[in-house]
Amino acid sequence: MEKRSKKYQARTLKKVLKYIQAYRIFLALSLIFAVVTVAATLYIPVLTGRVIDHIVAPGQVEFPVILELLWQIGIIIALAALAQWLMNVCNNKITYEVVQDVRREAFARIQILPLKFIDGHSHGEMVSRVIADVDQFADGLLMGFSQLFTGLVTILGTLLFMVSINIKITLVVVLVTPVSLFVAAFIARRTFSMFMLQSSTRGEQTSLINEMIENQKVVQAFSKEEDVLEKFDEINARLERASLNATFFSSLTNPGTRFVNSLVYTGVALVGALFAMSGGAVFTVGQLSCFLSYANQYTKPFNEISGVVTELQNALACAERIFALIEEEPQISEPENVKTLTDVKGNVDLAHVYFSYSPEKKLIEDFNLNVRPGQRVAIVGPTGCGKTTIINLLMRFYDVDSGSIQVEGEDIREVTRRSLRESYGMVLQETWLKAGTIRENLKMGKPDASEEEVLNAAKAAHAHSFIKRLPQGYDTVIGEDGGSLSVGQKQLLCIARVMLCLPPMLILDEATSSIDTRTEMKIQNAFATMMNGRTSFIVAHRLSTIQEADIILVMKDGHIIEQGSHEELLLKKGFYAELYNSQFAV
Amino acid sequence: MKNLLVYLKNYKKECVLAPLFKMLEASFELIVPLVVSAIIDVGIVNKDRNFILQMCLVMVALGLIGLVCSVTAQYFAAKAAAGFGTRVRHALFAHIQTFSFSEIDKAGTATLITRMTSDINQTQSGVNMVLRLFLRSPFIVFGAMVMAFTIDVKAALIFVVTIPLLSLVVFGVMAVSIPLYRKVQERLDKVLGITRENLSGARVIRAFHKEEEEKSRFEEGLERLTFMQNHVGKISAFLNPVTFVIINGATIVLLYTGAVQVNVGNLTQGEVVALVNYMSQILVELIKLANLIVTITKAAACGNRISAVLEMESSMPMEEETGNDAESEKRQDSIMVKFSHVGMAYQGAGAESLSDIDFAVEKGETVGVIGGTGSGKTTLVHLIPRFYDVTAGEVLIQGKNVKEYSLEELRQKVGIVMQKAVLFQGTIRENLRWGKADASDEELYQALDTAQAREVVEGKEGKLDAFVEQGGKNFSGGQRQRLTIARALVRKPEILILDDSASALDYATDARLRKAIREMEGRPTVFIVSQRTSSIQHADKIIVLDDGEIAGIGTHEELLKCCQVYQEIHESQYKRQ
Repeated sequence: MEKRSKKYQARTLKKVLKYIQAYRIFLALSLIFAVVTVAATLYIPVLTGRVIDHIVAPGQVEFPVILELLWQIGIIIALAALAQWLMNVCNNKITYEVVQDVRREAFARIQILPLKFIDGHSHGEMVSRVIADVDQFADGLLMGFSQLFTGLVTILGTLLFMVSINIKITLVVVLVTPVSLFVAAFIARRTFSMFMLQSSTRGEQTSLINEMIENQKVVQAFSKEEDVLEKFDEINARLERASLNATFFSSLTNPGTRFVNSLVYTGVALVGALFAMSGGAVFTVGQLSCFLSYANQYTKPFNEISGVVTELQNALACAERIFALIEEEPQISEPENVKTLTDVKGNVDLAHVYFSYSPEKKLIEDFNLNVRPGQRVAIVGPTGCGKTTIINLLMRFYDVDSGSIQVEGEDIREVTRRSLRESYGMVLQETWLKAGTIRENLKMGKPDASEEEVLNAAKAAHAHSFIKRLPQGYDTVIGEDGGSLSVGQKQLLCIARVMLCLPPMLILDEATSSIDTRTEMKIQNAFATMMNGRTSFIVAHRLSTIQEADIILVMKDGHIIEQGSHEELLLKKGFYAELYNSQFAV
Repeated sequence: MKNLLVYLKNYKKECVLAPLFKMLEASFELIVPLVVSAIIDVGIVNKDRNFILQMCLVMVALGLIGLVCSVTAQYFAAKAAAGFGTRVRHALFAHIQTFSFSEIDKAGTATLITRMTSDINQTQSGVNMVLRLFLRSPFIVFGAMVMAFTIDVKAALIFVVTIPLLSLVVFGVMAVSIPLYRKVQERLDKVLGITRENLSGARVIRAFHKEEEEKSRFEEGLERLTFMQNHVGKISAFLNPVTFVIINGATIVLLYTGAVQVNVGNLTQGEVVALVNYMSQILVELIKLANLIVTITKAAACGNRISAVLEMESSMPMEEETGNDAESEKRQDSIMVKFSHVGMAYQGAGAESLSDIDFAVEKGETVGVIGGTGSGKTTLVHLIPRFYDVTAGEVLIQGKNVKEYSLEELRQKVGIVMQKAVLFQGTIRENLRWGKADASDEELYQALDTAQAREVVEGKEGKLDAFVEQGGKNFSGGQRQRLTIARALVRKPEILILDDSASALDYATDARLRKAIREMEGRPTVFIVSQRTSSIQHADKIIVLDDGEIAGIGTHEELLKCCQVYQEIHESQYKRQ
């Protein structure tokens, strides 16, 4: 298991490198600047120590040497600061550009993912991959990497400098420091289960909050406020305990490692002072001061690195999630010399179509249908019986498992998706509008429509009167997914959108379900004109709207159980007849 | 943010002790350079081995005391923060429970959920950080300066100049970059919006083959984001190098001054080392402080958002029981529900959603409410259990104004089935018992029978004990609708409201349901909201709404004769071509 996840991590890391490759110059520069920064930073205490060695006692201060050294320090400071700034700039550049590249690719992939994937996954979760995961991956990985790198360089550099000054004292530092790592690791191991408990309790609470606040109205209708609060408080009390434990024990790391650091510091002071005391030029006070500042710097990266490792792992996990999205199998790509559907009259033929969303649950089996230009096909059945499935297949949002769907004699898998979808005008039950102005939304299917065409379409869909009353009329900006418009209004806009581009075939999926029947009746006239001479597929709840269809498909539990005209089906006295008669029963 | 601090009230002790112990720890840290300086000036110069050993023991002791202090401080801080979080969470959740529908509509559930979860978590960790660090860092910075004064006034003056200069740089960079970070966030939200939109609208976007256009829209958003990120990045990239230059520049000056002072005998070598040490302590703390301030700004922003929700007053305050007995005499009235010239406008809406609604319903009657999209059907029935307050006129139940009932008593009388069929996580039995906490299985089955939902329960393994997933995801729309109807029936309400709640049922089931409800014992007064005339045509009374006003009241036959709106609705559903 462990091994496998290591392998995965390695693979993910390789993919990450692919993205960074484009910025390898910046990466190299960043590394060089990091080395310069660290070296300069480490050299300053050496020089400071030398200065101190020339400040011994009254009358024993060598000003010319000191001034010379102070100049050197000044130059090194400037160098270090410049290198540090450049390093920051390089790191920012790499991070932000990689984020942009990854997001761009993820978004492009979303555009070609099969709808099956989009329907089957939580949108919130996918959005969080593109936004939160990418951020965390870039921050964690690149920042973590640069921290790790500087940390390592600092440790190595400090070691080198220390060894060059005094090996024995260096040994003191090297031997004691790992203790702080042990302390940190020990605490981290102990607190892991506490964090798990905290996050699972938190999850439990969040799910209760979600459920109750989303349905606050129901809670109030049943006067359940107090019961709900009681349940909430019970979880809340557990969360308090878990949270106290997790926070407290994890916050021990810092004092713990700091204590170890102070031991290192003391050790250096002790041994250093003893050396310096025994006199001579073996070890000077200045060198002691230099060592003391190293003792501080040397332990710091160790503490940081232990944090960085978890951050890196976390970042890799995020990267894995986002790559999983980017590498998700796209819809079958279109072959090179694929045909374009032209001159669509409205001949649609389905032959021996089999389809199901999941292999265990058979849905459509051996379905045959021949539709000639101008015919109306109505799809009826109780809610949830799979009426929308047919539309998914016609628009090629999903591919059939076997059999074929042909438009004008062409298998729809052998023509461009674009030309196929352009042939249909679609109004769905779930109205979707993009953030933008009303006008932009209406012109979606026909960007070059004239103002007059837009107005006519809106009028035909009976949307003009309410649009007119909006604050900025046709230029009113509506928020994401229609924002403040009512479902009915959104549906009217979707109808107007299709009325504007008038393709040769129509799909109306409960197109008027949220519109009151009076307005609907008025729209029907417009629909009738629109459907005239156009092959149309209509999914509807209301039997009255479908009686006049040429072919009625009756569906139940995903299967097509009856097929025929209104009269034929009534004579059959089957499911359709029952449905139809129940409308008049009491 | 300020009014959240009351939730720390029970943790006064912790809030004082945590920073206090942190300051103690810091004080011990500040002594260390003095000890080192003593080692150099006394121990090394006098070659006093014992003195050096003693001083090192002192340092270990200082470290140990520091450790104890700091652990104590962490404990108190964690305790106060966890307690604070818990209390705020409770207060906010309890507060949301008192919201009337108006406030819920206004705030939006998604917002409320974010406030309850991530905002509180951020604030909680902010409190924790503040207690631990907010006093410590300034204390070390100024403490270092004070210690410098005890060593040498002239050298200390360098600290007096350096500290404000550093603060200026650190806080200056932050003052510039924090508002810019907010802009980055805005642009990120935009990118997020486009992503979400493209997922929810995938069908339409593909149907209109807008993929390329959407890609370039996304690209534009991305580039704006990256540009802003780089812009802020360039500014904050200055922070570290500049502070580095200032501190080390100050060290150079310090060394030179130290050299002069040592030369004239005012200072010793060890004291110069101590001064240099203090200077570097300041740098470390200032950087910590800068990070801390970022955390605090974030936490404060979250805190303010929480406060805003807490400050939202319920527009329907729970009033004390109006135990007016004289009033209850009138309950013998055979009029169950009476609307008297009722008008209702939603908060912030310009026009009234309902105006001059006036009708009375007798006990046991069935009332149909019909009308077009947005004609005010749901608003009307929501006034009965007082989900919203009327803005004109009054609603009377059994002769008593709904405002004079306690909400609990009022809602006990009313069983409502909402448009959106919602079930809660738990067993079917638990869900049904929302209607009546101590209902027996027999009562539950009775309600299920009436709601045509027995087959739903029988079809599930475990029957009444079958598990309902969150949101009732493991039931179909129609099944959920029937179960929510049963839930309302368990209570045997005096008034039953079905708000378009049979929409997912086919005509046959719908008809059977209505028949069963009419035959219920105790015969409740029923309001059926529907778009289809077939669902209400047998009602004793039908209220036809048109754009918030009553267009007609009467029976099916009467309305067909004289109400044009009703005729049109009916025709639209029954017209034969």
